Amino acid sequence: MDLKELYQEIILEHGKNPRNLGKFENFNKDAEGYNPLCGDKVHVYLKLNENKEIEDISFEGHGCAISMASASIMTELMKDKKNPEVKEILNDFLSMIKQNPELKSQLIKEDEKTKLMSLSGVKQYPMRVKCATIAWHALAAAMSYKKDENDSEKFI
Amino acid sequence: MSIEDIKKEFPIFNNKIQNNDLVYLDSANSSQKPQVVVDRIYDFYTKEFSNVGRSIHYLAVAATNLYENTRTLVQKYINAKDKNEIVFTKGATEAINLVANTFGQKHLNAGDEILLTELEHHSNYVPWHYLRKSKGVKIKFAEMDENGDVTLETIEKNITDKTKIIAITHLSNVTGAILPVKEITKLAHSKNIPVLIDGCQGAPHLKLDMQDLDCDFYAISCHKMYGPTGLGILYAKKKWLEELPPYQGGGGMIREVKKEGITFGELPNKYEAGTMATAQVIAFGESIKFINKIGIENIEKHERELTVYGEEVLRKNNSVKLIGNPKDKGSVLSFTLDGVHPHDIATILDEDGVAIRAGHHCCQILHEKLGLSATARASLGVYNTKDDLEQLNESLNKCKKIFS
Repeated sequence: MDLKELYQEIILEHGKNPRNLGKFENFNKDAEGYNPLCGDKVHVYLKLNENKEIEDISFEGHGCAISMASASIMTELMKDKKNPEVKEILNDFLSMIKQNPELKSQLIKEDEKTKLMSLSGVKQYPMRVKCATIAWHALAAAMSYKKDENDSEKFI
Repeated sequence: MSIEDIKKEFPIFNNKIQNNDLVYLDSANSSQKPQVVVDRIYDFYTKEFSNVGRSIHYLAVAATNLYENTRTLVQKYINAKDKNEIVFTKGATEAINLVANTFGQKHLNAGDEILLTELEHHSNYVPWHYLRKSKGVKIKFAEMDENGDVTLETIEKNITDKTKIIAITHLSNVTGAILPVKEITKLAHSKNIPVLIDGCQGAPHLKLDMQDLDCDFYAISCHKMYGPTGLGILYAKKKWLEELPPYQGGGGMIREVKKEGITFGELPNKYEAGTMATAQVIAFGESIKFINKIGIENIEKHERELTVYGEEVLRKNNSVKLIGNPKDKGSVLSFTLDGVHPHDIATILDEDGVAIRAGHHCCQILHEKLGLSATARASLGVYNTKDDLEQLNESLNKCKKIFS
């Protein structure tokens, strides 16, 4: 295990200066992610237009560097994405955090992949996986995705 | 016995944890086990095992005697009047549930008040919460002050003519506050109110004397007392155990069972339904002997010195903010570190073999009052040394460096 792998520069920077932090007016979808183990909360707000495109996204919450950085990176990435894309990226990220060595989705650009992969260090720390995924589960709830019955980490 | 010698009795410290010596600062969560306790479980299962209180063969009789010996050891250890005032449960949580359930059933009605404090662990709130729905009772919380204390005056202020029971912690697992439980009990009894004390943190660190304390109920967690998991103790005055209804039904707790009805067994069987945690009970006898060998007064003295030393060390660290500055403080050091979330602290400390707890420590009411979602907590046991606290501070400086 290597702390440097867990606390990479990108994570520390996003953890300190989270992007898209704070509730914005005229959001029309929202959901809260909660980790009962530690009490951390991430509330995701969306402005979803009639084409199911995320026009605006932000989050509110408190938590560790990993959960804040993950929420920050996610909101940056998801802005202006449309529904099927959002789902594909979300599932790809959750699979990567759980088992896959890398991200597979063609929708994610190389620089975005670098940012997301900076969170992959949590694989070595099973107790911290939830920190990296809390915002993503909140986004899934805000998008009204349903969980796949056969795979609890996959949304359909 | 020197601390070095005491530490040698705990086999866990012979192992490297991720290539580091273990600095175990999570005893308020659960303590480590001395070799004698581990051996006792092994010996019982390999040489002496039988169920207790049922069969009449040699092993059953011997096991029953061993099981009852622990009850007597506990009785003497906490100076209870009668050995039948000791009830084994699956944990302190079950001990409190037992009281909330049976006392609630018999003595609580709509509009009655239960007085707790804002310091309480979830296990001394959630069991009472059920009575809100089933009985329509009201739960009041005596306020914690800025030092993390709950004073006798605050308790008094919250008592009304509707207060039917007071349930309070002996020692807060977050702020370390040791409550004036004897004075609170005296005050409550002057108003005919029974008192339950959650002794999860009190029992491992403080000398107990039930007859002097005079409380009605005292809940103990054995795994925090160098004993096995899956075991707790409810001390209750005999009059309560005789008067209250049984908690769980099953084998062992009955006298006569007929199709038309059932009569219940005598104490202590009345509250010990089903096969109990036999090996754990017998091994817990060794925990008591282990504590007695060192002397609880010596353990308390050692831990109080370390707590003061730990506070000194952490106060010198400008980035650390200690949580709780009570008048009388037990062996708990809760803190926050500027700019670093407690979970990140715990992960980074863990790399150095320093085991602490981070989170709300099952005290969300208390953390809401503090305005924090989480804190970090270093808690002490008999095996801790000043070096452990130095290492804690050094590892905290490493956190600062990573997050600077």
